[in-house]
Amino acid sequence: MYQFNYQRPKSLADAEALLAAADDPKILAGGQTLIPTLKQRLAMPSDLIDIGAIKELDFIRAEGNAVTIGAATRHATVAQSADVRKHNPALAALAGGIGDPAVRHMGTLGGSIANNDPAADYPAACLALDAKIHTTKRLIEADEFFKGMFETALQDGEIIKEVTFPHPEKAAYMKFPNPASRYAMVGVFVSKGPWGVRVAVTGAGQNGVFRVAEMEQALSKNWSPDAVAGIKVSANGLNADLHGTAEYRAHLITVMAKRAVAAAG
Amino acid sequence: MPVVSMTVNGKPASADVEARTLLVQFIRERLGLTGTHVGCDTSQCGACVVHVDGRAVKSCAMLAVQAEGAEVLTIEGLARDGELHPVQAAFREHHGLQCGFCTPGMIMTAVDMIRRIPDLDEETVRDELEGNICRCTGYHNIVKAILAASQEMR
Ligand SMILES: Cc1cc2nc3c(=O)[nH]c(=O)nc-3n(C[C@H](O)[C@H](O)[C@H](O)COP(=O)(O)OP(=O)(O)OC[C@H]3O[C@@H](n4cnc5c(N)ncnc54)[C@H](O)[C@@H]3O)c2cc1C
Ligand code: FES
Ligand code: FES
Repeated sequence: MYQFNYQRPKSLADAEALLAAADDPKILAGGQTLIPTLKQRLAMPSDLIDIGAIKELDFIRAEGNAVTIGAATRHATVAQSADVRKHNPALAALAGGIGDPAVRHMGTLGGSIANNDPAADYPAACLALDAKIHTTKRLIEADEFFKGMFETALQDGEIIKEVTFPHPEKAAYMKFPNPASRYAMVGVFVSKGPWGVRVAVTGAGQNGVFRVAEMEQALSKNWSPDAVAGIKVSANGLNADLHGTAEYRAHLITVMAKRAVAAAG
Repeated sequence: MPVVSMTVNGKPASADVEARTLLVQFIRERLGLTGTHVGCDTSQCGACVVHVDGRAVKSCAMLAVQAEGAEVLTIEGLARDGELHPVQAAFREHHGLQCGFCTPGMIMTAVDMIRRIPDLDEETVRDELEGNICRCTGYHNIVKAILAASQEMR
């Protein structure tokens, strides 16, 4: 790791001020992605602004027809939350399936979506559940947030504060994990709610998470695994690596979508 | 250099560290507690698992300064008055180790899972061991030891 200055503000206002004052700062949340990146010397921030001690970013609140989760809330906390399990069991299950227990004890919702790894799980949930991403500057719709591989709509110095997930009527996430890393080879999140039907796919796209319009239309007419069974997603623009070809991933999307609809009931 | 202070195995520990010092380096190199191992240094193997404020974490993926003010528990802090912790005793009893390199991390992970999950079954134990790699045992006896300890501690 290169040298850096380290700050551990106690409030969001202090964090913003520190970010604005530093030369080339980076936000540190759970560190489960950032620390390995620093260890490999793939990043050289002047300052790390650790948001891990900011209590106002660590909460889960169920109100009205939505659950709102603070950006610094750990995956394990989301997985165990009675509110999330009650109103959005698919989201709780997704959080409980990220990495391993030690990663879930540190990794956060905000860190996961800010990083936007093309194989990460939370981006699929945000997109499929029409989530609202609240930052220190504005509200960003999930549809506008994920911009491509490791890219988001976030600007310099902008901190994710919380994410609001409206309750779905039906939802499920099915992930085909890479057996070594447990990241998704392909993960499909299906949902039905006030926003209609959504199908979001992670792990497969070269540009990160994406929606499958053809499946959404088919499921709007007929919510059943059969409705998506015949839909083939094009392999164009899908990832190919030593774990699987683009065609293999394309095939997995249909299989996982079918399983997700079946699981959602 | 920042000064970091925490409680390690019940005793106060404080030192000047570079901000980039990993928690595992602090534990091993500054405190001399070499029971916590580094197997991979890339977050995969779990040999470095310790508890921070009661939760199992990989100490190779955390900065020492992030543990400011925290209660840290390492493998050295488990035994009480010369008596092995029930999980340590179960690993010995059930032959849950061969070379022993993964064992500190396995045991810290096991203690954490037993605390969180009251009625462990084999499938859950195997799932919970996702982040701990063992090159020797084939896992069977590790799972056996954890199940036995979990029964014993109920
Ligand atoms: C062994 C292992 C297995 C894993 N498996 C999976 C998996 O199966 N599925 C999965 O989805 N993920 C997986 N992960 C990644 C894990 O979920 C990370 O926790 C997550 O990607 C990053 O969250 P973090 O809190 O650790 O963020 P950090 O590493 O601290 O930060 C990541 C990035 O987000 C930025 N950031 C953090 N918080 C904010 C914020 N509030 N506002 C703006 N920017 C912010 C940081 O500046 C940094 O660029 C795995 C990680 C490991 C080590
Ligand atoms: S040394 Fe930390 S996970 Fe391997
Ligand atoms: S006992 Fe040798 S690595 Fe597990």
